[in-house]
Amino acid sequence: MGKKGIETLVGLFVLLGIVGLVFLALKAANLASFGGGDSYPLVAKFDNIGGLKVRAPVRSAGVTVGRVASITLDAKTYQGVVRLELDRGVQFPKDSSARILTAGLLGDQYVGLEPGADEKNLASGDTITQTQSAVVLESLISQFLFNKAADAGTSAAPAGAKK
Amino acid sequence: MTMLAALGARTLDLFRSFGHAAFFFFDLLRAVPASLRRFGLVVVQIHAIGNRSLIIILASGLAVGFVLALQMYYALVTYGAAESLGLIVNLALVRELGPVVTGLLFAGRAGTSLTAEIGLMKAGEQLAAMEMMAIDPKERVLAPRFLAGMVSMPILAILFSAIGILGAYVVAVLLIGVDQGNFWSIMQSRVDVWRDVGNGIVKSAVFGVICSFVALYQGHETDATPEGVAYATTRTVVMSSLAILGMDFILTALMFSTP
Repeated sequence: MGKKGIETLVGLFVLLGIVGLVFLALKAANLASFGGGDSYPLVAKFDNIGGLKVRAPVRSAGVTVGRVASITLDAKTYQGVVRLELDRGVQFPKDSSARILTAGLLGDQYVGLEPGADEKNLASGDTITQTQSAVVLESLISQFLFNKAADAGTSAAPAGAKK
Repeated sequence: MTMLAALGARTLDLFRSFGHAAFFFFDLLRAVPASLRRFGLVVVQIHAIGNRSLIIILASGLAVGFVLALQMYYALVTYGAAESLGLIVNLALVRELGPVVTGLLFAGRAGTSLTAEIGLMKAGEQLAAMEMMAIDPKERVLAPRFLAGMVSMPILAILFSAIGILGAYVVAVLLIGVDQGNFWSIMQSRVDVWRDVGNGIVKSAVFGVICSFVALYQGHETDATPEGVAYATTRTVVMSSLAILGMDFILTALMFSTP
């Protein structure tokens, strides 16, 4: 085999590798769902983001319309600042609200967007003002236990007074 | 007393061989830029190492994809989660099996031939003859092979994973009848390009360096006899396999420490 033939074969080999990589990235991983240019950013501040992670989906009516781009802490208000990247084709009214929800009982957490009724839409970089934090199971349980204890306290006190 | 001396001698020998290998490794790295200037040599070696390993890598990848899909289906169907099959096969291949099995096959297929070739060159005193002609055999013979191994191994690992996933697709979707849309979409929603695919490629590149280095070192340091070459070839397979498995554990612990 000539030098040219070997070079062609090696070129084919490398090309095959690139095709395999493209297949892995686009068909078998999440690169395709990352629209780079055709998205716009929104900001939502939450008191507690729970277990939300970067790249978690943003859903409206259960349909994925974007991704979480970054999560930081606002140093002044001590709120979690979640940056969302939404598809350019989907616009939400200005008074839309964002919630952190869980897929199923133990699934991943995602941001749910509830559209409002305002005539104006949220523009690029706007902040969603109405937010609802993630449900943290521990605080729910502790609240429940606290209420229980409070109930027990109030029902025990009159009983003691009667005596 | 003699036992104590023997222990000391063995320990010193061990560290001496480590140091020797390390110096050889840095010499090899230093020779790599020079070999880039003669890129034709590297191309020929990629053909010998990469192209010729293609068949066995593709066949193994397909077989691994087939059986993985089949076994995962049996386990998952009892939980009604047969659609997650694609995800599990994908993660297993991209993160672990792709780089590791390709590395082991690469050590067996390409590493041995490198060791035997270099070993026979040394036994035939070709390397010494090159040095006599003021040609550095590290630049001319070893570095192109090292570079070729480094380039070929990630490509082979990518192809192994890709064909394995296609194999799983054939078994799960075409033969068993798992829903095609779910098969791909669960995969796409849970497999991350940088974290999973990217780290798998980093792994395979590391294994490529290990395999080629061990093969070249064993070939270069072989006794210049038929037995010596045979012994060196065996050691190549054993040492690169152990190094790959050990290194894989360390890399996995570093890369995927969070779920």
